[in-house]
Amino acid sequence: MDRKVKLEIRNISKIFGKNPQKVISLLNKGYSKHEIFEKTKQTVGLNNVSFEVYEGETFVIMGLSGSGKSTLLRCINRLIDPTAGSILLDGQDIAPMDAEALRKIRRSKLGMVFQNFALLPHRTVLENVAYGLEIQGVPKEERYAKAEVSIETVGLKGHEQSKITQLSGGMKQRVGLARALANDPDILLMDEAFSALDPLIRSEMQDELLSLEDAMQKTIIFVSHDLDEALKLGDRIALMKDGEVVQIGTPEEILTNPADSYVSKFVAGVDRSKVLTAEAVMWRPEPLVAVSSGPRVAVQLMKEHGISSIFVVEGKNRVLKGILMIDDAVQALKSKKSFEPMIREVPSVPPEMPLNEIIPLIADSEYPLPVVNENGKLKGIIVRGTVLGALAMSEDIPDPEAEAAGTEVKSTAEVESPERISGGSTLESGNASESPVSGEAEGKLKGKAPPDIEVNKDLENKETGSLDKDLEVNAC
Amino acid sequence: MLIPKLPIGDTVEFAVDWTEDHFGVVLDLISDQLDFLISALKDALLFLPPEIFILALSIFAYFAGKRNVKLALGTAFGFLLIQNMGLWALSMETLALVLSSAMLALIIGIPVGILSAKSELLNHIIRPVLDLMQTMPSFVYLIPALIFFGLGNVPGMIATVVFAMPPAIRLTDLGVRQVPKELVEVADAFGSTGWQKLVKVELPVALPTIMAGVNQCIMLALSMVVIAAMIGARGLGYQVLFGIQRVDIGLGFEAGLAIVIIAVVLDRLTQHLSPR
Repeated sequence: MDRKVKLEIRNISKIFGKNPQKVISLLNKGYSKHEIFEKTKQTVGLNNVSFEVYEGETFVIMGLSGSGKSTLLRCINRLIDPTAGSILLDGQDIAPMDAEALRKIRRSKLGMVFQNFALLPHRTVLENVAYGLEIQGVPKEERYAKAEVSIETVGLKGHEQSKITQLSGGMKQRVGLARALANDPDILLMDEAFSALDPLIRSEMQDELLSLEDAMQKTIIFVSHDLDEALKLGDRIALMKDGEVVQIGTPEEILTNPADSYVSKFVAGVDRSKVLTAEAVMWRPEPLVAVSSGPRVAVQLMKEHGISSIFVVEGKNRVLKGILMIDDAVQALKSKKSFEPMIREVPSVPPEMPLNEIIPLIADSEYPLPVVNENGKLKGIIVRGTVLGALAMSEDIPDPEAEAAGTEVKSTAEVESPERISGGSTLESGNASESPVSGEAEGKLKGKAPPDIEVNKDLENKETGSLDKDLEVNAC
Repeated sequence: MLIPKLPIGDTVEFAVDWTEDHFGVVLDLISDQLDFLISALKDALLFLPPEIFILALSIFAYFAGKRNVKLALGTAFGFLLIQNMGLWALSMETLALVLSSAMLALIIGIPVGILSAKSELLNHIIRPVLDLMQTMPSFVYLIPALIFFGLGNVPGMIATVVFAMPPAIRLTDLGVRQVPKELVEVADAFGSTGWQKLVKVELPVALPTIMAGVNQCIMLALSMVVIAAMIGARGLGYQVLFGIQRVDIGLGFEAGLAIVIIAVVLDRLTQHLSPR
């Protein structure tokens, strides 16, 4: 990684109890949180947590209540003193600092936004926002000027003199955000900042935080118990359970590659279509035909793979030219001409497009959807089956009820593996009875997308060969 | 009984005598200061003619109650009645005693309450002492006060301070403790010093509760000042005592009515002075 590490948490532990050092030594001996509580009546808040936060990223700490996420956040600015470990901010360890040095760091580098807004009820909006500057001894005019800028940033201009009790929840949290921003800190610590807001306002605030983040490039550490929020906001997410970090990764990594059954259970209910991108679900584009090769090669390839159309690319960089239909290729072969004029243009999607935007496109498309990067290079292809498979993929959740509780698409996931789901897309070839999909799931699959599939029956039928081949690759 | 009677009473008596013997000079000095304070306050209250004083107080009540006409009229009516009963000078003496006692009780009580909220240890020490101060019959305070300071206003004031202080301490302690944890975290997270946290966050947020303590303190002071007449404190209490001794119902009732009027006005005024 060439990104600069802003904050490094190294082996942080927090014990709540009278004799924490004893617990630390027990932890080192490998006792579990539960055993330690039975033995010593002390609670392990955090157990040996380590991670890095890069400059300018939004790092979400996520977990259920009691997982230690808020404790962890409070260890970063030492509202809670960690029992062991170090907190390196720009390489400087905060953990052993005395009160004076810590105060300096808190004033200049760390801003915090609280779950229940935590505004001072006896002060106006302006006075609340200026609080951080006030305690630093910034002269009144200067601090009010800065506070006003920050109030404008969060969209509360005109409310400077309002009383806190006059504001709605969303406005209160804007004040909380403005107060944190007024100090111009390096890192924003946000403790369940939007959890107390109602869903519409919450979503609005999330969007605004995202655009603010784009404009200001602050490092944000965001604590949340809401997975959708974590996936929406986080560049990376740390998933916590029982005071330990279970997995750290990008939203996509966590969804597609859960570290253990806890994580996969956690992500089971998520709307995957918002998170999974074209890149994550596409298959290797095979076979392809170069635009320079003759129609004979193209027809040969299609025959070999039993498909009715083929993507045409140009040059080493596999720049996508379009799609060639078997009938056109045969005609070109007969007339002994190049197939180049017969190449049809196809709509394509960029690799980072989320699935929920791809679904309408692929529903309308007769052909597989090519995934093309900004240089025009063909990165992969998406067919209807891939999308369904990705949405239905529920990994290895041991609890069948969790699956049954899913959406309609997900309930087709009684089929456990992607292979069998894609098998579902081949069942339209007419020999449905041979499909490995169970009767009920098959019915639902059919029920979901019959019209398109009827139209493209031929195409998909012939493409099956290629799909199956790719599946073998995927299955490895 | 095998265990002989424990000499608790003797010990206390000895301690009081010992203090009187060894710190007599200091006690006299304190006594002089307090006496001066009470007299000065009384003189100040009696400086204005009653009519003008009543007008000024009513105007103050009007604005303190945020343009509360009822409060202003009530105040004016009550104090005019006191003057009409010929109890003006005595009432002002009582008021001076109440205000100086309450002031002293608050000057000691509020800081102790803050410290007690901050320190578990101090809180543990103070709590039984406060229980003792509040449950001990108020007359009992009169005895050591009498021994230390003789007869007059000062021992009355000392007994009153001791009696009126507990609610100030308790409610200050409660108010500071009840400041929401997140607000304390805000103060810390933004890098406040301990003093900034106290002055800019904790005390303003705790103010309504502290003001309830102030109100209670003044009310208790008033009730004690009347009892303190038994050791020579002047004012309306003395008049009540006089009425009892002479079985003069009318005299006692008028003085009692004046005390009630002062109590109600002081209560309403302090309630309106506290925010929210």
